Amino acid sequence: MLCSMGELKLTTHECPGKEENGILILDEDCADRLGDDIRDVLMLRDTTVEFEITSNRPDCLSVIGLARETAVSFDRPLTVKAPVVKGVGDGDKIDNYLRVGISAPDLCYRYCARVVKNVKIAPSPLWMRMRLRASGVRPINNIVDITNYVMLEYGQPMHAFDYKMLDGAEIDVRRAGDGEAFKSLDDVDHTLDSSMLVIADAKKACALAGVMGGANSEITENTATVVFESACFNGASVRVTAKKNGMRTESSARYEKGLDPENCMPGLERACELVELLGAGEVVDGIIDVYPTKAEQTVLPFTPDRYNEFLGMNIPHEHMLATLTGLGCRVEDGKIYVPSFRADLGCMNDIAEEVCRIYGYDKIEASYMNAETTLGGRNDKQIFEVNTESALVGMGLSQIHTFSFISPKYYDKIRMPADSALRRSVVISNPLGEDTSVMRTTALPSMMETLARNSNFNNENVRLFEIASIYLPHEAANELPDEKKVLTLGAYGNTDFYAMKGVCENILSLAGIKGVTYTACTDNASYHPGRCAKILTESGELLGVFGQAHPLMAENYDMSMPVYIAELAFDEIYAAANTKKSYKPLPKYPATTRDFSFVCDEGMEVGAIEGVMAKAGGKLVENVALFDIYRGPQLGEGKKSVSLRVTLRASDRTLTVEEADKVTKKILNDLKFKMGLELRN
Amino acid sequence: MKEKLSKIRLEALEQIASPDANLEEIKIKYLGKKGELTAVLRGMGALTAEERPVVGQLANEVRESIETALAEKMKELQAKALDARLTAEKLDVTMPGSPAPVGHIHPLTRAQRELEDIFIGMGFSIAEGPEVELDYYNFQALNIPENHPARDTQDTFYITDNILLRSQTSPVQVRVMEQTKPPIRIISPGRVYRSDALDATHSPLFHQLEGLVIDKGITMGDLKGTLEVFAKKMFGEETKIRFRPHHFPFTEPSAEVDVSCFVCGVKGCRLCKGEGWIEILGAGMVHPFVLSNCGIDPEEYSGFAFGLGIERITMARYGIDDIRLFYENDERFLEQF
Repeated sequence: MLCSMGELKLTTHECPGKEENGILILDEDCADRLGDDIRDVLMLRDTTVEFEITSNRPDCLSVIGLARETAVSFDRPLTVKAPVVKGVGDGDKIDNYLRVGISAPDLCYRYCARVVKNVKIAPSPLWMRMRLRASGVRPINNIVDITNYVMLEYGQPMHAFDYKMLDGAEIDVRRAGDGEAFKSLDDVDHTLDSSMLVIADAKKACALAGVMGGANSEITENTATVVFESACFNGASVRVTAKKNGMRTESSARYEKGLDPENCMPGLERACELVELLGAGEVVDGIIDVYPTKAEQTVLPFTPDRYNEFLGMNIPHEHMLATLTGLGCRVEDGKIYVPSFRADLGCMNDIAEEVCRIYGYDKIEASYMNAETTLGGRNDKQIFEVNTESALVGMGLSQIHTFSFISPKYYDKIRMPADSALRRSVVISNPLGEDTSVMRTTALPSMMETLARNSNFNNENVRLFEIASIYLPHEAANELPDEKKVLTLGAYGNTDFYAMKGVCENILSLAGIKGVTYTACTDNASYHPGRCAKILTESGELLGVFGQAHPLMAENYDMSMPVYIAELAFDEIYAAANTKKSYKPLPKYPATTRDFSFVCDEGMEVGAIEGVMAKAGGKLVENVALFDIYRGPQLGEGKKSVSLRVTLRASDRTLTVEEADKVTKKILNDLKFKMGLELRN
Repeated sequence: MKEKLSKIRLEALEQIASPDANLEEIKIKYLGKKGELTAVLRGMGALTAEERPVVGQLANEVRESIETALAEKMKELQAKALDARLTAEKLDVTMPGSPAPVGHIHPLTRAQRELEDIFIGMGFSIAEGPEVELDYYNFQALNIPENHPARDTQDTFYITDNILLRSQTSPVQVRVMEQTKPPIRIISPGRVYRSDALDATHSPLFHQLEGLVIDKGITMGDLKGTLEVFAKKMFGEETKIRFRPHHFPFTEPSAEVDVSCFVCGVKGCRLCKGEGWIEILGAGMVHPFVLSNCGIDPEEYSGFAFGLGIERITMARYGIDDIRLFYENDERFLEQF
């Protein structure tokens, strides 16, 4: 089969030859290589090594930086040739061409420039194009390729302006005007503001400093004179500018990490050296170097014993010295003079890391902390949470984890009233999507979603719980919201209201909360108005609500079967919990029981009957328990028969029949006068 | 009379031995007040003084042998009856058990509790903090100023300019350091948020567990020792760990930590993608800037910190290949744990 260059992802930039009608015509000098492997002819056998460079090491975003690391790692000498520029020597000077000023020295630390005249724009040589391509840079022409080549070799981003497009023979590094228009090299229009730095001539912005050049001064086939820029800009400023304009470039990615101002000059000289090497033009004598404030060199004490102590190692001092020297530091008289390209070295820890990583992290000896003993563990609330989880699992519920962010539409799905305070959520300003755009103020929608999903999967008899946070915003936007833990239960299938109530009762009982009351709740729109209860403490604090999901809510989740849910205020339950256990002596005297059966209206609450009975019986009543509910035709429509057993006991004696009868009489009396109930015949 | 007694014995024992013997009747017939043996004894008055003790002894022997035979027979019948009952009560043990309610702890919680317990055993307490957090605690106090390039690696959800969803649980460490004097030994497990679209390996919400130790004389060797104990407890006694240099703004020196693959050792398999090692932790010595920011003198104290993703460990542990399963909560998934 034949394939075109395009199919091989090649362009004529990378290959010696040209393309005609989709066919690659090799250059004539390839003629004698007939029969050779095409990969050798096209020089496609290069090996590319990829490095992951951490953000603190912009010096390693260069061939020289990596060579330095390699030399130290393998204990080999490093040789870096200083570039040599011959110059034209025709008496022409850069001052005849250009003046440079820095109006924003806080954002531009140094600006160096040289001028090249009689430029001959052409493709760069194959070796340069191949190296650029291997580094992921698209070759353009000799001048542009030189700037990219220097960036890769020295880590110094460069820019080339077409001199004739610069108005007024001057460059000013200044903040952009608010609303200033700028068209970048890639023909995109931008509107700038005063936080951004531009390279401007007398009239207009010609480059967005450190990010991208302008279309107005781009190098073209007709460019005759070039200004090379090699500068150092404030990293944060470049980062913000690139971000605001939506164009992160190779250049901005380097600048934003903080570059070395001392690297501007070698980079510029190397570019000019390459111009001469490639015969791309004549380098005009003279260099412009505006360098308002030179940073002071970092000097740190050389404390090898301290490094070893801190690392828990025993690295020989000579090894440390060799490492630091190899990395470009000068160590003299107990002091380390840090090179300007290592701005990341600023304290003892930094030096300790350098000597340790070159010596080898694998040589760190594992040791056990020789420190004060601490008593670890969970606090009471964390223990309570773990215990609650275990109890729920024991009761047959499975734990779920759901996202903390939801769609604001979910409040509608659970039929939350339009004026509910819970509709005010913490809003994410940059959400992934509407579905995950607000922090939930209730975990109910997530539970409903999960139940619905399980129902779609045809899972029968699903019983779930989640202990998770809800996020309740404050009035003031700059305050952090309250984060409260809630326990949400959900079930469908082989279950009912009383099964859900049983789980709630167990949780409260395990928490040791006594005197809880359950009152019917008819006005919560998420719940069936006749099958919903509020859980209140003795003092009337709300601990939760549970019941059957309102059929309309269930319908919003495409569930037609009864669904049971509970929303418990976990923090409040913990606050009310009494987990301290104490022993109460077992009864020494037997109990007496009396059974009561009444026929009453369907609407009468068993809880109310129990309450009256317990109160009437006084302190001899140990327990009142429902043991049967009966409905049948002989009772009549809307009636039910309720049977309760009262357990009576005294702690200091066996109750006599007379005593028990007396209490029974009192109970019957109260039931008759307070509730109109009489024993069933 | 002797013959009579012998005959009674013979008859009685014969009747007792018969398969359809009615033991109660036999007892009455021979030993009862009006029984045959009693009748014989009553007639003893007619015997001579010499004969009496002889016959009396014989009569007692006969009584004893009948009683013994009755008791033995009774025992035998009871045993038979029990056998019959047990045979009749035989159940089909291959039929399924009655369903007892059983729930399942979520695999993430299971792994988290296991991790917590390992560190609790080493004297760590569990610290918690807000998920909606100030930029200061999530970034600035951790040596990540505004516009720092490290912010790129953690695409963060913002609420306002200075309130965000924490992208790591490290802010908890800062809050603890601000409020507690060393020695500090805490872990902070919890939810963290990063603006990554949901796919098989990324989730905008996941769980982290970070640890922090601050005391006098804490070394990088201590960090390695602590993580080695953790790795052995979590992944098995054979497990080895490996430190690789890395950069985190809040630790210096910093390391990425790998554990030897607990499926293949270090031979290379599908789980470790042929590497033999699995990256599970970031760690390092707490940066002096972070310490002094929290009011702890870096000249006096040193410490280490580490962090791991609970999802990542849980997935490796149980062979789960899709992070979305954790948040879908399909009962068929949950019931496997």
